[in-house]
Amino acid sequence: MSANKESWGSRVGLILAMAGNAVGLGNFLRFPVQAVQNGGGAFIIPYLVCFLVMGIPLLWIEWSMGRFGGKFGHHSTPFILDTMHKNRLWKYIGVFGIWTNIAVAAYYCYLESWTLSYVFHSLGGTFNGLDQNGVADFFNHYVNLDTSTTGIPYEPIVFFVICLLLNTWILSQGLAAGVERVAKVGMPLLIIFGIFLAYKGFTITAGENGAINDSSVGLNFLWTPDYTQLWSPSVWLAAAGQIFFTLSVGMGTIHCYASYVRSKDDIALNAMSAGWMNEFVEVVLGGAILIPISIGYLGIDRVTELVQLGGLGLGFKTLPYLFFQWGPVLGAVAGVMWFGLLFFAGITSSLAMGTPWIGFLQDEFNWRRKPAAWSFGMIVLLLGMPTVLFFNYGVFDEYDYWAGTVSLVVFALLESVLFAWVFGMDKGWREITSGADIQVPAVYRFIIKFITPLLLLWVFIGSLITPKGGDWGKALAGEWILDDGSIINKLKNTSLKRQLAEATDPVVIAQLQDTLFFVNASRILLAAVFLSIALLVYIAYKKRLREGRI
Amino acid sequence: MNTSALVVMLATLLLVTGLMIYFFIRVLNAPPKPEPDSYLENDDDDPERQLPNR
Repeated sequence: MSANKESWGSRVGLILAMAGNAVGLGNFLRFPVQAVQNGGGAFIIPYLVCFLVMGIPLLWIEWSMGRFGGKFGHHSTPFILDTMHKNRLWKYIGVFGIWTNIAVAAYYCYLESWTLSYVFHSLGGTFNGLDQNGVADFFNHYVNLDTSTTGIPYEPIVFFVICLLLNTWILSQGLAAGVERVAKVGMPLLIIFGIFLAYKGFTITAGENGAINDSSVGLNFLWTPDYTQLWSPSVWLAAAGQIFFTLSVGMGTIHCYASYVRSKDDIALNAMSAGWMNEFVEVVLGGAILIPISIGYLGIDRVTELVQLGGLGLGFKTLPYLFFQWGPVLGAVAGVMWFGLLFFAGITSSLAMGTPWIGFLQDEFNWRRKPAAWSFGMIVLLLGMPTVLFFNYGVFDEYDYWAGTVSLVVFALLESVLFAWVFGMDKGWREITSGADIQVPAVYRFIIKFITPLLLLWVFIGSLITPKGGDWGKALAGEWILDDGSIINKLKNTSLKRQLAEATDPVVIAQLQDTLFFVNASRILLAAVFLSIALLVYIAYKKRLREGRI
Repeated sequence: MNTSALVVMLATLLLVTGLMIYFFIRVLNAPPKPEPDSYLENDDDDPERQLPNR
């Protein structure tokens, strides 16, 4: 018998935990950058369309798969998928739902530890008096493990370990007393901090506190629609990708949380409530902070340049400097709020990443919650250390690409096919609507069966063979050169090899060779973790056979 | 702000905020299901459920 007899404390707690799982750093750092790079205000149209035809269906699919598996005492995807069809291979597809979480947690907890550290540094006034380069240098030194302003040796490692200990301890307290309690405190605080910063983002006046633009300039930049971009497949691909990352679908965490819901209880309304809460945080709060504040102080040209480097640079290298333009006290308060909201966004997601592994050990090997939680912490520490130590050699990005990007699309595609075509839409629809507190629109039966899998297939193929520069017109006309960001070229290390061939400086060549080594080593490590989990699933399956549970 | 940006922004913000509030209110107003349900808070007669601090 499984040692797992846990439960959610309340329905609101479950929704906040599920929304917390979805709300992550990407809501504040990735969404505005994607919107700016893909047509400004016009990005919102493909984004919302993808939410309706891919995001909501996937939420319903995953919630109902989780609740269905929970009926049989399963709380992780390998055996949740196994209950849905007699083919034994499905449980190995379900390995994605544990592997992705462990691999993502390994680098995500490091990212989360930066936010914790930056809260501390904002409070301590580290950024007060530094110029923009000084704040950017602080970040560069931080990830290089060079110097420490606090005097703590290897400060990033210390914060990483603190962050992991915190996650592990909360997970060891259980669902209701740990994960749910954090969500109930963290989500409202996140929203309050977000509203304060959004208010500041909306009220910047040129000439005050060193601002060079009114907030309207930044808002225009973000929201002015460029409808010509609507015809670009790259924009739709970016919108679909953003929906993936923001909802945390294709990971296995939603299945795990929903597996603790009983079959007569609602999932349809819960999924909508948690999903729209995530959209509120992303679109309303996320869209009102990073870009308007940055443009207010730096201008459009500089921000356009910075946006090319992604949201992390803006969030960690630029905003701390800008906050201190509001004075030392308000600067410190804004810094605490910004990194505090990022921390809450991060921890509610990383806690979710721990639950499938813990559920798996409880269900299959009768582990108690506490040792299962500590084993998660230990694995994440071991797997995460390469991302800390070799951050500048692309290990962090490699984990993010394979576990945090490609794997989500692959798993979501396979689970949508399983749900709609193998498990069957009749049974699937019954699962979605059973106990529902809302009328699920009948059109979703069609969408889930046809549109969602096709869209996912398109996203996967689009990522596999992305044409150079995202120029689909040229590619379809016959000149199909793969982009360096396509999965195929990534796998072949095309970009790194080209840089290596073009390099002449011995120092640069040595750095690139090391990067190539660490990139390949990261992939082998991630593949080894996947195979190890698959082996555990096999052992669990044999154990079930021996015990007559199959 | 220019008109098209203002229209797109306000329409999006109102739609997303409105739907978020609407669905959350629906959750708060939904009648509770008969016991045993999935939640511990309203649970006092279900021996299978685990205590939160265990």
